[in-house]
This record gives sequence, structure tokens and C-alpha cells, in this order.
Amino acid sequence: MADLTPSTVTYRDAVADGIARELRRDPTVVCLGEDIGKAGGVFKTTVGLYDEFGAERIWDTPISEQAIMGAAMGAAMTGMRPVAEIMFSDFLACCWDYLANEIPKARYMTGGQVTVPLVVRTANGGGLGFGAQHSQSVENWTLTVPGLKIVAPSNPSDVVGLMASAIRSDDPVVFFEHKGLFASKGEAAPPGHVVPLGQARVAREGSDVTVVALAATVPLALSAADELSGEGISLEVIDLRCLIPLDMATVFRSLEKTSRLIVVEENPYQGGWGATVASIVADEGFEMLDAPVRRLAAENVPLPFADALEQRVIPTVDKLVEAVRRLTSY
Amino acid sequence: MTEGTIERVATSTLLGWYEQMAVIRGTEQAAHDLFMRGLVKGTTHLAAGHEAVAVGASAALRPDDYVFATYRGHHHAIARGASPEGCLAELMQKATGVCKAKGGSMHLTQADHGMLGSYAIVGAHLPMAGGAAWSAKLRGTTQVAVAFFGDGATNIGAFHEALNLAAVWKLPVIFVCENNRYMEYTPIGAVTAVPNPAADRAAANGMPGVLVDGNDLIAVHDTMGSAVQRARAGDGPTVVEALTYRHFGHSRTDPATYRPAEEVEEWMARDPLIVARRTLLEFGATEADVDAADGRAADIVAAASQAAQAAPAADPDEAFTDVWADGGCAWRT
Repeated sequence: MADLTPSTVTYRDAVADGIARELRRDPTVVCLGEDIGKAGGVFKTTVGLYDEFGAERIWDTPISEQAIMGAAMGAAMTGMRPVAEIMFSDFLACCWDYLANEIPKARYMTGGQVTVPLVVRTANGGGLGFGAQHSQSVENWTLTVPGLKIVAPSNPSDVVGLMASAIRSDDPVVFFEHKGLFASKGEAAPPGHVVPLGQARVAREGSDVTVVALAATVPLALSAADELSGEGISLEVIDLRCLIPLDMATVFRSLEKTSRLIVVEENPYQGGWGATVASIVADEGFEMLDAPVRRLAAENVPLPFADALEQRVIPTVDKLVEAVRRLTSY
Repeated sequence: MTEGTIERVATSTLLGWYEQMAVIRGTEQAAHDLFMRGLVKGTTHLAAGHEAVAVGASAALRPDDYVFATYRGHHHAIARGASPEGCLAELMQKATGVCKAKGGSMHLTQADHGMLGSYAIVGAHLPMAGGAAWSAKLRGTTQVAVAFFGDGATNIGAFHEALNLAAVWKLPVIFVCENNRYMEYTPIGAVTAVPNPAADRAAANGMPGVLVDGNDLIAVHDTMGSAVQRARAGDGPTVVEALTYRHFGHSRTDPATYRPAEEVEEWMARDPLIVARRTLLEFGATEADVDAADGRAADIVAAASQAAQAAPAADPDEAFTDVWADGGCAWRT
């Protein structure tokens, strides 16, 4: 008898699967980064790629983040579709010039003469006790720069589908893989799975409060929704999937139902992406609201090492549950 | 022809290169004059004095090779086929500018001639040139990539990262330093641990470093020719350090008073156009031949300046094009 249960895979394996699918279909796709070849990546997110595609497609680099980004950019401008790995997203600061000044601006400042179809993959986020320089959620850094598309998947199927769109995009894409999700499991992506950029997903339907989440805050919000359903509070959880393009239409559709919004983001409150979502809702959806927009973000301190301290700083299920209770009683 | 040597160019070819240098010089002078008349805004970093580097190097390249330049890049854009009119129009914020008036002086680009941009963050484009060379290698072409940069760029991290990676991956790339002795206002020697800021760093990254007189068109061409041959043959990257001098200050607002008068005088006597004229006469051209080239160049620049001045200003709505590959700028769905 055929097994009708969808197979499950880890988020980690989905990363390699998503890249491999594109390497198979497009000979111009090429990968570069530190330890991504025979070693399979420090997070094991490129396991199997070197064996299948060889040294001509999977390139190990020195610890030279600027050279990685510059090489990816130069190759992207000349006919390739590079997928560059920056091991930890904190290290984007080492090559920030390329994300702030070069990659997003090359097309614009040349009057459209060049295109830069590349993907920068990077392991983002906390919760693993890696301390202040290896735990940050820095998706808000990239949000400050017009000209970058920003992807942050929350589950294995989306990893594959969004990876396909990111690699096929003629625009530069920063692809945040959440470290805290690597071991999580979910449904495997079907063959040919593609998730368009800029299309949010309603991860759970509800009627009382809209929770807008991204990457690791999606399962966090779903756990909070489970807990609150026992109290008769119904959360609608929206997985944004992308920060640019930003799917506010899905957020507004949800607010028409709930009239209450809480944004849960792992980057710091100061300058976090939730502020952009909140300001758009304030500008364009004020009349839809029955309560102030709330943001649950990381505290405005560096990420501490100790588990108890780190949990104090970043969003947790308990904090979200408490914030929703306060919001519903407004 | 033996390996590592370049055949002597024909006199007529050399005369064409000379004329191109004269066009660049005239365009730089025009840019300066238009700025003084208030018609060029922002800033300029003029390359007058550096013409032999651009033209000599460009002459050693194929049309399908790649060039990356800096904010001092007018000469490279023109040497690679950008029109003086398009460049001056860009400086004057005109719709007909090479970058639709969205780049300006520091970002002149002519991608359809392989001139993939002028970059204004010091050193950032060296890794990009490596990437273009890597792409050529991956696609199995024999194209090469060239990064032109100033002496100041040799002290930034991207320079060192780019050289190491290019050597490790044996990339067909040539790193050409235009050493004009001043990083901006400070003498490069005062802030650099080695006498030849680019060439002396080559060995540490496993590649040859060659010094060349950057005001000698033939010397630049021949040195670049050898480096390009080496790159095309799959033998890897080369650093070429071309010694040259700026005729203007670092940028529009810099009168360059920090340069000793005798140093300026010595270098002005070695103006690359004077050197090239001397070479042409040695090659059998007449003074009249060279004067005629100067005359043609002056006509080209005058016509370019007039046309650029007459061109329509950039449409403000152009600000909302060319962010994404679909031509638009939408950031929400």
C-alpha cells in the first residue's frame, strides 16, 4: 500500500535541495563561499552539492567576505547566476559595502546598463547561544537599502520554493536562513516547487488578532496561537516570507477581519522591520484598527551569550502570548 | 614575435591612439571649463595626465574584454568607446547622459563596450573584476577583466582580498594601478609600507608585479599586452603599476597646492601627449600629422560639448526607473 503521508525533511536539507534543483536546471548557477564544498558548509546546508556538481560549480573561498561578494557581483554582471554564502549574517558587516553601495546600486547608477542576478545566502538569527557576534537577526540592515530583495523562509517547503525564485530573479536577493530553524522539519517541497517573491502566506487563519511574522517568529507565533486558542483568542498568523517585495495587501486583508495587529520580529526594536509594517498600517489602514499596533521585537541590547539572558532579549512564545492578551484587552 | 614581446605598432595605429588621448584630454578640459561656468554640478575627478594608461591598456584589449574603473574614470569610459558627448551630457545632468543622469561623473559606464562601471568606493571594484574574470573562466571564453585603480586603493582590504582570490583561482584578470603619487591629498609614500604600493604587494599574493612608465603609451601598451597574453593563456593574474601624474587636483575643489612646484614642472614636461608626440615623430609621422590629429580631437570635443549643452535635461520621473531588472522600482505587492 502506498504511503500517502507527505515526506518530511529538515530546513537544513531543504537549503541544499533548493540550491541543487537550480544547479540542475540552469548551468549558469554557481556557488561560492567558505567551507561550502567538500565540507558541506559549517551548518551542513550545502551537503551533497560538491559530490553532485563538482569543483566547477561549487567553489570554496578563503575567509574574504569582500572578495566573495565582489566575485559574485562581477560574475552576475557577466552572465552567471552566483549563489554566494556568507557564513553568519553578522559577517555581512565585513562586506557591507557590497550590499549597501555596490550590488543594489549598479543597475540604477548605470541607467540600467547592467543587471546583477545573484543570491547572497546567510545564516541569521539567535536562540542558539552563539553570543553577540554570531546570533544577530540583521534582516533590518538590508531593509535600509533600496535595490535589494529580501527573503527569509520559515519552513522547508518555502526554503525550496523561495530559493528557486531567488536564484531565477534578475535582481539581487539576500536570502536569510534562520539558524534556529535548521533542525526543524516540515513537508518536503514537491517537484518544480516555486514560491513567488513578495507573496505572504496565511500560516494560520484566525479572527481576533493578526500576527505578522517572519522566519523563526512564524513557528513562535503558531505556538502562541495554539496556547491562546485555549483562552478563546483566535490569532491569524501571517508569514511575510519576504521583506522586499513587501506583501502588505495580505496584511490589510487580515486586518479587515481582526482590526488588531501585532508584529513579531527578531531584529532589535530600534530600526526593526516591524516599524516599516507599522508605519504603513498607520498611514494607510488607521481606520481599520481597534487598538494600537504593537511590536514585539528584540530588546535594544547586544545579544548576550547565556540562554537565560538571550531568551530575555529575543521574542519568545510567552512574551507574545502576554502581548496578545494585553492587546485584546485594550 | 617571441613570447613576452609585442610587435611594434603601425604609425597609423599609433596616431589613432594619440588622437584618442587628445580627445580624452580635451574632454577633461571641457568638463573643467563647463564646471567653472556652472554647467557641470556635483564634483569631478579629472584624469588629465592619465590618458596613456587608459588608451595604452585599452589598445591591448579585445572588444569583449571587461573593464572596471574608479570615480576618476572618464578616460577609461572614453577609451572603451563611450562618446565624449554622452560623458559630458552625463556630467551636465542631461537625458542623453551615458547613465541617464543617474550616475554622474563618478559612475560613467559603457556596458555594451565591456566597460562595466566606475565605482566610487575605493577598492570595491577589484573583487568585481575578479568575478568577471571568474565568469569568463566558467563560461570557457578567453576574455580577460581589468581593474583600474589609484595608488590609494592599495591600502584597503578589498585590494588584498581580490589579489589573493585571483591568484588562488588563477583568474584572467589584470590589476592596473595608476600611481599618481597622491592617495588624495597625502603622498602615497607617507602612508604605505613599501615603495611601490601595488607592484610590491603582488609577490605576496603569488603573482607578478610590473612597474611601467604610465605616461608612455607604447610602454603601457606593451606591458599590458604581456599581462593580457598571460591571462588569456590561463596563467593567471598580474599587477601592473603605472607611474603617472594628475594635471588637476584630486577633485574639483582641490587646487593641489600640496605638490612641490618642481615636481609638477617635471611631470608636466613628461605629459603623456608630449611623450606620444615624440614617439610618433620617431615612428615617422610628421608634425603636421600630429597637429592634424590634435585638430580632429578638438573638433570632436567641441561638437560633443555643444551637443551635450543642447540636450534636454533629465526627466525627474527617470528617478523611478532602473532599480529592478523589470525597469521599475516597486517594493510592495
